[in-house]
Amino acid sequence: MYNFAYHKPKNITEAVNILQNADDAKVLAGGQTLIATMKLRLASPTDIVDLSDIEELATISKTDKGIIIGAMKTHTQVSKSEIIQNNIPSLSYMASQIGDQMVRNQGTIGGSVANNDPAADYPAAIVGLGAKIFTNSREIRGDDFFTGMYETCLNSEEIIVSISFPIPIRSAYVKFKNPASRYAIVGVMVADYGSDVRVAVTGAGNSVFRLEKFEQALSNDFSKDSLSKLTVPTADLIEDMHAGAAYRAHLVKVMAQRAVSDCCSQI
Amino acid sequence: MSISLSIEINGKKQTSKVNANVLLVDFLRDALKLTGTHIGCDTAQCGACTIHINGKAIKSCNILAAQADGTKITTIEGLTTDDKDMHPMQQAFKNHHGLQCGFCTPGMIMSALQIIKNDNDPSDASIREGLEGNLCRCTGYHNIVEAIKAGAKAMQNKG
Repeated sequence: MYNFAYHKPKNITEAVNILQNADDAKVLAGGQTLIATMKLRLASPTDIVDLSDIEELATISKTDKGIIIGAMKTHTQVSKSEIIQNNIPSLSYMASQIGDQMVRNQGTIGGSVANNDPAADYPAAIVGLGAKIFTNSREIRGDDFFTGMYETCLNSEEIIVSISFPIPIRSAYVKFKNPASRYAIVGVMVADYGSDVRVAVTGAGNSVFRLEKFEQALSNDFSKDSLSKLTVPTADLIEDMHAGAAYRAHLVKVMAQRAVSDCCSQI
Repeated sequence: MSISLSIEINGKKQTSKVNANVLLVDFLRDALKLTGTHIGCDTAQCGACTIHINGKAIKSCNILAAQADGTKITTIEGLTTDDKDMHPMQQAFKNHHGLQCGFCTPGMIMSALQIIKNDNDPSDASIREGLEGNLCRCTGYHNIVEAIKAGAKAMQNKG
């Protein structure tokens, strides 16, 4: 990889200052995507801003708004956090299924969300659990955050500070993973908030999306059978060497039904 | 850009200068001559470069040396203090023929120790799940799993 200037700021203000003043700076969280991307010279930033020394980004807490997770929390920390296990077990389970144990020890929730890989797991949690993303300058609804393949509404001088997840009555995440990469070929998060049921799909499209028809059916009757007559349109789904669009559409429904069954077994 | 790096490597404190774009695995192998840590795929898929940073297994080909500043690192060389001695997990790999060509072995052993740290009496399934990030191109997984089970028992007995 090309050389660059390396910065390790102690607080968010300092980090944002560097981002504002550098030619082409990139934020480094765990680096599990960025370092690989730079090795391939698909990215060659002039400056790297390593967030690992900023304590503010490394907390997990429970408030009246739900669970708040600092952006620099690793997948291992999210999967092993008792607060998360006790309140949103689907989220700790999801974190335990990302990549492999070494990737989970280094990769972070903020990094994954900001990268918005179409096959990443966390976007399904952000949208499926109706999360909010807090940056250094604003609060963004999870539904508005992901704008396309590897794209989000973050601007280049913005840093994710934390993500808040309202606690559902019940929720489950089920994925059909690529056995080599462990990325989701299809992953579905189903969350029941009483009046509001959410179904979010990752891996199948260019970016995470909700399935409104599934959500309506589950709002009327929260059972796996309520989805049996529904189909998933194939028009916007990914076709690649791992799975065709029709197969992905089928998997979305099967994973959604399994997630609903998981939810039903929780109560 | 050159960076000053202070790390504790296999129990020894060390200060070095390193370029910002140097990967940790290259720093370990080229600057510190700790060549037990291997570079297999160099794309964070094979796990041959696995080391422990602050007690956690990490792929050293997918992290900058600069990111390791201020940490404690253990490589395969740090598992024993004496060249004549083997760590119980290394001995178990030898006893159970847990290696064929041996290229993946340092990473397998460092991953195995993370698996044992999470669960000191792991099932076959949890060992296999724990090894998802390590590839053995001789495909000798069966004996690697046997070795890790035996290594876990030996470590418990050693207490």
